Amino acid sequence: MSELPNFAPALPEIFIALSAVALLLLGVFRKDDSTQGISALAIVAMVLAGLLVPAASGGRTLTFSGMFVVDGFSVFAKLLVLLASGFTLAMAVNWLGREKLGRFEFPVLVLIATLGMMLMISANNLIALYLGLELQSLALYVLAAYQRDSGRATEAGLKYFVLGSLASGMLLYGATLIYGFAGSTSFDALAHSFQHGAPVGVIVGVVFVLTGLAFKISAVPFHMWTPDVYEGAPTPVTAFFAAGPKIAAFALLIRIMVGPFGELTHQWSQVVVFISVASMFLGAFGAIAQTNIKRLMAYSSIGHVGYALIGLAVGDQVGIRGVLIYLAIYLFMNVGTFAVILMMRQKGRLMEGIDDLAGFSKTHPMPALALAVFMLSMAGVPPLAGFFGKFYVFMAAVDKGYVTLAIIGVLTSVVSAFYYLRIIKIMYFDEPVEVLDHGTGKGLGLITAVNAILVAGFILAPSFLTSSAGTAAQALFGG
Amino acid sequence: MIDWPLLSITTFLPLLGAVFILAIRGDAAVVARNARNVALLTSVATFLVSLLVWTNFNPATADFQLIDQAAWLPGFDISYKVGVDGISLFFVLLSTFLTPLCILSAWEAVTVRVKEYMIAFLVLETMMVGMFCALDLVLFYVFFEGVLIPMFIIIGVWGGARRVYAAFKFFLYTLLGSVLMLLAVLAMYFDAHTTDIQVLIAHSFPVALQTWLWLAFFASFAVKVPMWPVHTWLPDAHVEAPTAGSVILAGVLLKMGGYGFLRFSLPMFPVASHDFAPMVFTLSVIAVIYTSLVALVQQDMKKLIAYSSVAHMGFVTIGVFSVQVQGVEGAIFQMLSHGVVSGALFLCVGVVYDRMHTREIARYGGLVSRMPAYAVVFMLFTMASVGLPGTSGFVGEFLVLMGIFQVNSWVALFAATGLILGPAYMLYLYRRVIFGKLVRDDLKSILDLSRREIAVFVPLIVVVLWMGVYPSSFLGPMHVSVAKLINDYQLAQTVAAPAPVAQR
Repeated sequence: MSELPNFAPALPEIFIALSAVALLLLGVFRKDDSTQGISALAIVAMVLAGLLVPAASGGRTLTFSGMFVVDGFSVFAKLLVLLASGFTLAMAVNWLGREKLGRFEFPVLVLIATLGMMLMISANNLIALYLGLELQSLALYVLAAYQRDSGRATEAGLKYFVLGSLASGMLLYGATLIYGFAGSTSFDALAHSFQHGAPVGVIVGVVFVLTGLAFKISAVPFHMWTPDVYEGAPTPVTAFFAAGPKIAAFALLIRIMVGPFGELTHQWSQVVVFISVASMFLGAFGAIAQTNIKRLMAYSSIGHVGYALIGLAVGDQVGIRGVLIYLAIYLFMNVGTFAVILMMRQKGRLMEGIDDLAGFSKTHPMPALALAVFMLSMAGVPPLAGFFGKFYVFMAAVDKGYVTLAIIGVLTSVVSAFYYLRIIKIMYFDEPVEVLDHGTGKGLGLITAVNAILVAGFILAPSFLTSSAGTAAQALFGG
Repeated sequence: MIDWPLLSITTFLPLLGAVFILAIRGDAAVVARNARNVALLTSVATFLVSLLVWTNFNPATADFQLIDQAAWLPGFDISYKVGVDGISLFFVLLSTFLTPLCILSAWEAVTVRVKEYMIAFLVLETMMVGMFCALDLVLFYVFFEGVLIPMFIIIGVWGGARRVYAAFKFFLYTLLGSVLMLLAVLAMYFDAHTTDIQVLIAHSFPVALQTWLWLAFFASFAVKVPMWPVHTWLPDAHVEAPTAGSVILAGVLLKMGGYGFLRFSLPMFPVASHDFAPMVFTLSVIAVIYTSLVALVQQDMKKLIAYSSVAHMGFVTIGVFSVQVQGVEGAIFQMLSHGVVSGALFLCVGVVYDRMHTREIARYGGLVSRMPAYAVVFMLFTMASVGLPGTSGFVGEFLVLMGIFQVNSWVALFAATGLILGPAYMLYLYRRVIFGKLVRDDLKSILDLSRREIAVFVPLIVVVLWMGVYPSSFLGPMHVSVAKLINDYQLAQTVAAPAPVAQR
């Protein structure tokens, strides 16, 4: 091709890529340990990219020979991802300083992972999909093992790497099958060729792709890595894992399932239903016996993925809107919860036991109140935001006649309410044993407060999120 | 007529007070004192506003009145909409009436974390009032479930020895019941394309769907009422909750189930209600007889009153599903009366509990010689509870029995045995606590009611006697709404009857 491609739609990605390179250079040339400054600059880069994202879109635009797509859906998902990355990086700054791990690679790796996520969201081709996914995954592997002197963190990184590669391999195998049977890797061409059914090989390929992505969103039965990696990885990294990459992988999963394979909904829907039910069950029952709050959050995230998958299983515009609303609310609950977890320090050491929260409400009333809000919201108790997340996916399920799925969903949500309540019980009903440190970071307090207010105040103005998610879902269905 | 959004003010005024208390800072004693004062002032002001609701209420129409509406979830036809009719009016008043008394009763009993306690009660009041006013199904659900959060905290933080178990049981039991209702709400939304309660009442759901919707709502309300056999959370929650928590639990939270039957099950699923009425009667009769017998053998005062609540609420469900004017009005009246009387009985228990820190009946006896005023108050509420004519309890039970007798005399016969068992356990309780010889040494110095406690009981006594002597001031405003409810119900039966179910 002699002509230069149109760069304008990919402006945010290009900006993030250039910033990552620039910050890397800056870090190398600055002799002193300047993590704080570079982290701040990385956050600024994300904010600027976030401003560029809506500006770069105007209807559905394709570029780079149709490899890269920008539409309302990608704008919504990218904003969520940038928000998640920005929040988690801001949370990490404090931790990096305290643990004496301040190396400038951390913010750069987060930036690169974010770039990977944004590419995933905008992928419109199986090859672009894989490139974005791997860019993100490689950065995450390194981040998981970032605390390299810690045996647990190294183990977590290795585990994540080995299992992640396996999943990537499966996804790649599925992609080759699809290419072999359908003759194209472009999403648009694939969508066109499946209008009158698809050969069995393609269905097998779709299942393999689904498997690979199910690993990334840690849906059952591909969830095994989640509790170990969540527990082993440094807490800010866990917070990062739990938010951005999940949303990006979910966005990718939605795009590929309703885009090229939209005509095959009946074939893949049953697989998604199974994954969804299994995730909800495992998330609800697996978390009950946990004593480490990060492991508990891992099981909780598995459960949440199950609920969000209900919307995908339904597979129509209402369902996708439900997923997007769910993911956005999940993002705020999750970031807030991890911000509180990062505040749990005792004599300077980061604590992870649920029992360490005993009497938290007496010693730290405000963070305890915020954590209670997040926990009740995750349990789906109105009037908090989490209820509305569930409300919209169940709405889609009931509308399309997936009543059994919805019933399983509400019943498992009651089971999961038990362990969320347990945290509240420990914070509010139990007496403090050893008091956790005070004043463990103003920034964390601010992030917690912002997210708690968003989660609790969602009920006052729900239409902002629901209508933008509705627009995003509509963009995906070519409306 | 005042043109203010009275119901929204009643609903959210307590929340405003809660925010205000949250902002109080400073020395622990100062915070506690200010929190108490702000909470009391807010709840009294709320009560006064709710009295304005009563005076502005037009009893001549069955329509919803004083409606406030605002867009909430645009594009879904789900809005913020509140209003009252003759059925819900008095439940709103009951909630706003009991809350200040609860706060006053906890004046000295609650000494730890006063600030949080007052916030929890004010938030609870917002949720309760909002639930009774809600004219949108989703809004109703939000308030209905939202009640669980403050109540969970109240039981868990200020409760007795087994408070954690009781709080979890309460929360999970009621949550399990109501999540099924959520799905029914969604199914109704897709059938009627709105969640506006006024529209839904006029909408007629397909008969096959009605059955499922009715069952889903029943799962939720039966737990709340509570009906036998899903009542087991109640004795635990009551025993472990602090006094004021028990008062609200028995006084208002149990009424949410009965109110739900009247607001949703009967008008929206009339055919299913008709089909399931025998089941409700059976469960209610079992509740009346079985829990009365259980109450007879209780050793714990609160547990005894808790079981008596289940029995009394059995009358309510019988009255509701008799769908006769007397039965339904009796059921509503019984709920109001039970709300006041059982609340007062829990306060009576609280009085001696605050002094002796035990609720075991055997630890008391002969209190009449040391606490004559208390003995009088306790006797009055005992009599109201057993339904002595002249007290509020009589009117409700009598009307319910009158209503059900026209429908099924067997149910009336069995339910009436409750009128015999009720006095048996209540008088037995009264005799053991108040009469007999005062033998225990620690009781010899027990003090009679303080001024604050008298101030709590006087309004309750006035209301109980007022309801017993002149029930018309309460039955009057509800009459038109109840008549319309029954009229619509019978109309729906005649429409459904000619078409055999197979054709649909």
